[in-house]
Amino acid sequence: MPFSSPRNADLSPPRVGLFCTCLVDMIRPSVGFAAAKLLEEAGCDVDVPAQTCCGQPAFNSGDRATARALAEQVIAAFENFDYVVAPSGSCAGMIKAHYPELFTGEPDWTGRVDRFCAKVHELVSFLVDVRGVTRVDAAYDGTVTYHDSCSGLRELGVKDQPRALLASVEGLTLSEMVDADTCCGFGGTFCVKYPDVSNAIVEKKAANIVASGADTLLAGDLGCLMNMAGKLQRQGRPVVARHVAEVLAGMGDAPALGEPASEKAP
Amino acid sequence: MSVEITSPRFKDNAKRALADGPLQAALSKVGPGFIGKRTAAADKLPEFDALRDSARDIKDHTLAHLDLYLERFEEKVKAAGGHVHFAVDAADARDIVTKICRDLGARTVTKGKSMISEEIGLNDHLSAAGIEPVETDLGEYLIQIRGEAPSHIIAPAIHLNKEQVEEDFRRVHTHLAPERNLSEPTALLAEARGELRQKFLVADVGITGANFLVAETGTSIIVTNEGNGDLTQTLPKAHIVLASLEKLVPTLEDVSQLLRVLARSATGQEMSVYTTFSTGPRRPGDPDGPGEYHVVILDNGRSGMLGGPLKEMLRCIRCGACMNHCPVYHAVGGHAYGWVYPGPMGSVLTPALIGIEKGANLPNASTFCGRCEEVCPVRIPLPKLMRHWREKEFERHLTPAPQRYGLAVWGFFARRGWLYRPATGLAMTLLSVLGRKKGRFAALPLAGGWTGHRDFPAPEGGTFQAQWRAQRAARNTRHANRDAKKDARP
Ligand code: SF4
Repeated sequence: MPFSSPRNADLSPPRVGLFCTCLVDMIRPSVGFAAAKLLEEAGCDVDVPAQTCCGQPAFNSGDRATARALAEQVIAAFENFDYVVAPSGSCAGMIKAHYPELFTGEPDWTGRVDRFCAKVHELVSFLVDVRGVTRVDAAYDGTVTYHDSCSGLRELGVKDQPRALLASVEGLTLSEMVDADTCCGFGGTFCVKYPDVSNAIVEKKAANIVASGADTLLAGDLGCLMNMAGKLQRQGRPVVARHVAEVLAGMGDAPALGEPASEKAP
Repeated sequence: MSVEITSPRFKDNAKRALADGPLQAALSKVGPGFIGKRTAAADKLPEFDALRDSARDIKDHTLAHLDLYLERFEEKVKAAGGHVHFAVDAADARDIVTKICRDLGARTVTKGKSMISEEIGLNDHLSAAGIEPVETDLGEYLIQIRGEAPSHIIAPAIHLNKEQVEEDFRRVHTHLAPERNLSEPTALLAEARGELRQKFLVADVGITGANFLVAETGTSIIVTNEGNGDLTQTLPKAHIVLASLEKLVPTLEDVSQLLRVLARSATGQEMSVYTTFSTGPRRPGDPDGPGEYHVVILDNGRSGMLGGPLKEMLRCIRCGACMNHCPVYHAVGGHAYGWVYPGPMGSVLTPALIGIEKGANLPNASTFCGRCEEVCPVRIPLPKLMRHWREKEFERHLTPAPQRYGLAVWGFFARRGWLYRPATGLAMTLLSVLGRKKGRFAALPLAGGWTGHRDFPAPEGGTFQAQWRAQRAARNTRHANRDAKKDARP
């Protein structure tokens, strides 16, 4: 078994609703499949109920009504699962840390929302902290550097878990970059509202990534990855970007983010 | 300095700042300088996080009973022979200060560092009244001779480099020998000290800010590293303290707790070099001290924040940690924010003081990375408070039209999954086909904000949800067939 979980001995496998996130849904479905694979290997029964968005873009743009409507939709779609897991600290953080705020002063909702939020987790921290996974059965031939995405790090405490699992990937070397826990400048709509400032921030990040000597950039959030990969590609850097779940699931041989399929062809 | 507000032009300010080589060089030192020192200081004190909790609680308690503590403070100051003046707004505060100076026939006023002085635009006002204000904090002195505003709340001249300072000194101190050597920072410091020494001696009034006002004793406290504040407040005939009303703290015991988080959060020092307590004017028998002691307590909109959604901002002890850890501040510096208070704390406070119409850019120009909240010694949830401003802006239809429209269209689809899923499926298939060859786009219509600076990845094609359902359906059919075969067996 690629994992060892004391809780694996539980009678029936926990039912996990995979919240795939808008970006994974649209841009990189393989991250969703990687997440499902990891969850199944960790003894979960995975399903993907029909879903749209967690509401974060609306919430952070000051449109509380839309954010609340979407939150209600997410809760209705997912509340019958034992756990709700997202391959993103940003979306999981939105739900877990901020949904309660959206329903303050609504006594009909508060208990229900709190119970729901308690079940919500970011993927890698769920595998390690809840399912007790200590190693994965995967190989990756390369030197990677890991970027700590802000929401996962600061709202959910995701930091050691991905590094612990990456350490078990055969052939993989982790080379930490300077300021791995500094923002990449994505910030959701921030990057298009203040493109110059966002660019200055991601330029610094790209320089740190390159200086790490890694050939692969990993992170737990597709938004940040698109931002950093897009910058590295624009600069013509030989560093590719992948979601950490792809590597942990042994799916690190698919074309990297924003890379053409043909390059990998024989 | 002037208090011209350029916050509405934040984007232009930022663009200019990003293209300013010397500024960028200076800013590149902010993060490495401050962050490491604060982390080391926090790590060395096991009870640091517990102290932050109690710092938050002290401030919350004070703010909840502010009327009581203001009254007690006033009583105590009076009992010690001093005066307390309440100023409703900036104009009121300027008038109070000017009147005190005029009554004393003051010609020269020395000044310790005070952000309230910047907020009310005091220097311009004093100059116009024929009273010469002289900044005695080195950083403030530098920006005063340059006619600039501070770019940081504790390091006002952090945007400057040594060469710029040398140039300014040669331009302004024309009475000194032109061939003097100013290549070393120590030479610059000595020259500034020499200039300021004379000013300390001739000043009629000394004006300082206050880090804390202590209700139980009527004491004002300043925290400095240069000792200039002490000379400013003890040598002249009168000492005027400028403070906003949230500087109040109940007891000396409370102050000692707050001091333990203040310097550590600000500069990584355990304590600043000087922590000076002032209670009333000179008493008979005192070796020195001012003849008059005045405290001007400024409201300027703050009492309206009490008890409201922004009340937590009034806990701020102006340590600067939030800007020291802010990626946006690191990129553009303090002046880009366009008014007195920069960085995350400014992004919350400025709209409250100058209005959201003028300050709207500031709470929007944040990635919400959360690092400010992570380090704030009084645990102010800065991102949440910035989001509050975004909500206000949205409610009042101040959000720029394209953004508002885009959000509405997206929201319409996201609330209707049956429309959203086929629409996104179609769009992603299209993008995937278009981008298949290169794997990414260097330009995309309507996405210039993104592709101006970075490539956009071509989607893999087909949404995850559609593919998942197709796979599950296939699996279920396989299983059904297998089961059917099993059942069919005799
Ligand atoms: S908001 Fe917090 S971190 Fe920022 S200056 Fe105020 S006390 Fe310091």
